[in-house]
Amino acid sequence: MAQPSISEDSLRAALTERLKATHVEIQDMSGGCGQAFTSLVVSPEFAGKNSLKRHRLVNAALKEEISAIHAWSAKCQTPEEYEKEMAATGGHDKPPLDGTEGGKVAGVSE
Amino acid sequence: MFSRTVFSRTVRQTAFSAIRPAATPVGPSPFSLSLAVQRRLLSDAVRQAIDKAVASAPVVLFMKGTPETPQCGFSRASIQVLGLQGVNPDKFAAYNVLEDQDLRQGIKEYSDWPTIPQLYVDKEFVGGCDIVISMHQNGELAKLLEDKGVVVREGEQAEGEKRE
Repeated sequence: MAQPSISEDSLRAALTERLKATHVEIQDMSGGCGQAFTSLVVSPEFAGKNSLKRHRLVNAALKEEISAIHAWSAKCQTPEEYEKEMAATGGHDKPPLDGTEGGKVAGVSE
Repeated sequence: MFSRTVFSRTVRQTAFSAIRPAATPVGPSPFSLSLAVQRRLLSDAVRQAIDKAVASAPVVLFMKGTPETPQCGFSRASIQVLGLQGVNPDKFAAYNVLEDQDLRQGIKEYSDWPTIPQLYVDKEFVGGCDIVISMHQNGELAKLLEDKGVVVREGEQAEGEKRE
């Protein structure tokens, strides 16, 4: 079975297509190795779902991709929540970097 | 008699070693699957051991490393959040997936969740590091932990004697 090609672009495309995402930001947090990504996913499909359900939706949409990388983080918002946070933070709604050091995964990677 | 799979439980003050059975149980399999596929499926023994681990305390974290020495930034962040939330150490258990490949692989299938760390509260899967932190930031986690009665209150003793 061929490995899916994992890149910021391919992840963004997959999320846009499979989750009707209106806005996607992907950040490589492996120092460029393409092995760990954090994401901000904005999609109307998240409406009415709690945090866990939203993440499971993303996990299901990216099942093969996530299983091929070492680390994955996501922030899942509806378009309304995204607008609100952008307004509240002056335009700083970004993929979560908690757990990383300077935007890079730290510690054991596998 | 089969020896049961028991995962070692790392508590804040002590860590004791697990009682491990010998490798995978031998004997005829009810399924005619290749060995490689068999190993990937969650075996009954591992599932039962994880059931036990999940039920071993009101708050359970499957992590890389220990609460004292986390081996990954996401596990460290999760431990820090639980500390900030004032989780009662008597009501908390941590399991180090790096110590046990069965656990490390099994917990991902058990929870249907691809990454570690994984937080369980009252035997229910809550989420990974990013979910835990966002729940911490929006107050959901505080509410959940208080509703479950696992937070240390001011003036209450976390360990030792319980007052009537």
